[in-house]
Amino acid sequence: MRTTTARSIAGLTFIVLASAAQAADLRVQCYSDGNECEVTGDLAKRFEAENPGTKVIIDKVPYKAVVEQLPVQLAAGEGPDIARVTDLGGLSKYYLDLAPLLPAARAKAWQDNFASSLAWFRSGAADRGIYGLMSQLTVTGAFVNKTLFEQAKVAMPGPTATWDDWMEAARKVAVATKTPFAMAMDRSGHRFAPLAVAYGAKIFDANGVPVIDAGYQTAARKFVDWHKAGLMPKEVWGGVGGSQYRDAFEEFANGRVVVYYSGSWQIKRMDTQVTKAFDWAVAPAPCGPSGCTAMPGGAAFVAFKHTKVPAEAAKFLDFLSRDDNYKELMARTENIPASLSVAKAGVTYNVSANAKAALNSFVADVPKIAKANYDLQGYRFNRAVFLPTAQRLGQAVAGEMSADDALKRLAADVDEQVKAASK
Amino acid sequence: MRQDARTPWFFLGPNLVIFGVFTFLPIVINLYYAFTGGVQLYPRDRPYVGFENLATLLDCGSYFDPSSCRKDIFWRAVWNTARFSVFQVSLMVLFSLGTALVLNRKIIGRGFWRGVYFYPVLLSPVVVALIWKWVLQREGLLNAGMVAAGANPVLWLAEPGWAFFWVIFVSIWAHMGFYTLILLAGLQAIPADLYEAAQMDRASPWRTLYRITLPLLLPNLLVVLVLAAIRAVQIFDEVFVLTGGGPGSATTFVVQFIYQTGFQEQVRLYGLAAAGSLLLALALVVLTLIQLRATRADKAGERAR
Repeated sequence: MRTTTARSIAGLTFIVLASAAQAADLRVQCYSDGNECEVTGDLAKRFEAENPGTKVIIDKVPYKAVVEQLPVQLAAGEGPDIARVTDLGGLSKYYLDLAPLLPAARAKAWQDNFASSLAWFRSGAADRGIYGLMSQLTVTGAFVNKTLFEQAKVAMPGPTATWDDWMEAARKVAVATKTPFAMAMDRSGHRFAPLAVAYGAKIFDANGVPVIDAGYQTAARKFVDWHKAGLMPKEVWGGVGGSQYRDAFEEFANGRVVVYYSGSWQIKRMDTQVTKAFDWAVAPAPCGPSGCTAMPGGAAFVAFKHTKVPAEAAKFLDFLSRDDNYKELMARTENIPASLSVAKAGVTYNVSANAKAALNSFVADVPKIAKANYDLQGYRFNRAVFLPTAQRLGQAVAGEMSADDALKRLAADVDEQVKAASK
Repeated sequence: MRQDARTPWFFLGPNLVIFGVFTFLPIVINLYYAFTGGVQLYPRDRPYVGFENLATLLDCGSYFDPSSCRKDIFWRAVWNTARFSVFQVSLMVLFSLGTALVLNRKIIGRGFWRGVYFYPVLLSPVVVALIWKWVLQREGLLNAGMVAAGANPVLWLAEPGWAFFWVIFVSIWAHMGFYTLILLAGLQAIPADLYEAAQMDRASPWRTLYRITLPLLLPNLLVVLVLAAIRAVQIFDEVFVLTGGGPGSATTFVVQFIYQTGFQEQVRLYGLAAAGSLLLALALVVLTLIQLRATRADKAGERAR
């Protein structure tokens, strides 16, 4: 009897120890624009059921933690196994290459389906690795308060309308409806980039180094003048300091601006918070002398080199990338798919007609995106352009310095940061 | 005997370790970073650049004109910090003194009022900033009141002058209670018989204030002055949440510049941030020396009396 009990205990201990040895905890750091982390959590539960022994822990964090704390953690060799990041190129040296960890067929599926976005994660042209899964492909664009346009009896500008056309139409609407401002734009260099490219900015010189060229300067002067003329609210770009991000969603939702330049990630908020108040729509990408363009972007799940469970990390990302799962992720988070096969098959969004039309409008803008905007998004140090743009143009908008001085400082800041980063 | 000699170390040891690891070691690391360049985090990966970071920060046509400086934001932050320190500290001491004098009198509900003035000290700086942000934003409480009264709303946090004013106001509101408490303790330590003697001599209230209260409160006033000045030079958290350093760089202070350079940008210039910290530390050392000197002078004065 005693022997049997001892054997049972020994057997049980072995089973517990063996399963403990097999169990792998996968920590996923996730920030959310809407419900991305919750949907990822649901998919993770399915992954756990398919892969007993692997536990996926979703750590939901604010966006600021991803932008400011994660890079420091990674530099110190610490941090989660997987994270949802937006600085796709800037963190490339920390990424785990999934290619050798994926079965050949799956690696090919990644290369085929995510061809356009895989390059954004790579450290250079020679790099052919697979590093991240776009969980959200975004496109910048203008949200329009349709109700105000109707009240003002002003026709909405057409698909080839320039930024100036939009500003003029929005100004007329603002005057007619006593709306305080014609247009607002999120305080972000990323949002400013399409305006710059539309007015001729090439962003990079012949050596691939970012420059504040004539086109960028034209757009910047125009932008500062719009603020000086009271067409744009000073407090968005001029109200905060440094390179801090500030969106203008509240201004739009409260009916204080006629047109709001932001991006596709705002659709869910628009649908839930704005639809009840007034009719809104997404305008086609505004144009300039150099064309009509928008800025691509988005967030992606990436695994890091320091992970102790690389196989599980690759398996989880591959699980998310599978057409059925990716389709669900896109449908439930109301995002534009980065996967060609999913985009081709179509995503059924369970959203209002307004949100559906907005998504279609953003999707229609994708082919219009200029090469310079794609290149900037894929540039490793794109924030060395974005952040000083927000800071210096913010100073000019606040009246602290002229647009010309701000542009000189901006060029010096970009140059200094790029040089320091390459040391 | 030998055991007795070890006893103090037994009690001091843990604290020394904590101070060593979390205070003195970071100071040494900061020094190292200030003389190295690049964007690498690990000290061994960072190239030695000598005084380059300090030279970059100090490269100015005129220190009185930030726009002539290579690092204009740093010098704007330096002048903002200086302006903030002068106004905030002098007003803080003045209001704390006034409040302490009132709260030292036999007024109705004295305990309640003491609590009211001390209450903001208990709040986290972030909470303080958020409360005031709700009050001061475009559609905040203050503007709602002004609109209700028929006045036009004001962009309190988007106009440089107003933003600077409110940063000082909020900072005084949040910390005044602490300094009031120090001064109140000082007032209560003044012997009552001195006031009785003054009353018998029919000294006016102003004369009593200048001849008795202020001279005897001087040691406490000095402590308040120096503590407030050190705190003012280090200002960051409340302002960062309230204005984010804006509009433009109107409320950007030195600590925010350091934080922004070292942690907020994509290209993190730790060396430059560390050099900024060194210069800030230098300012704090000067303030501390002034405090020590003033305290010594005060003690010497007491001895002479």
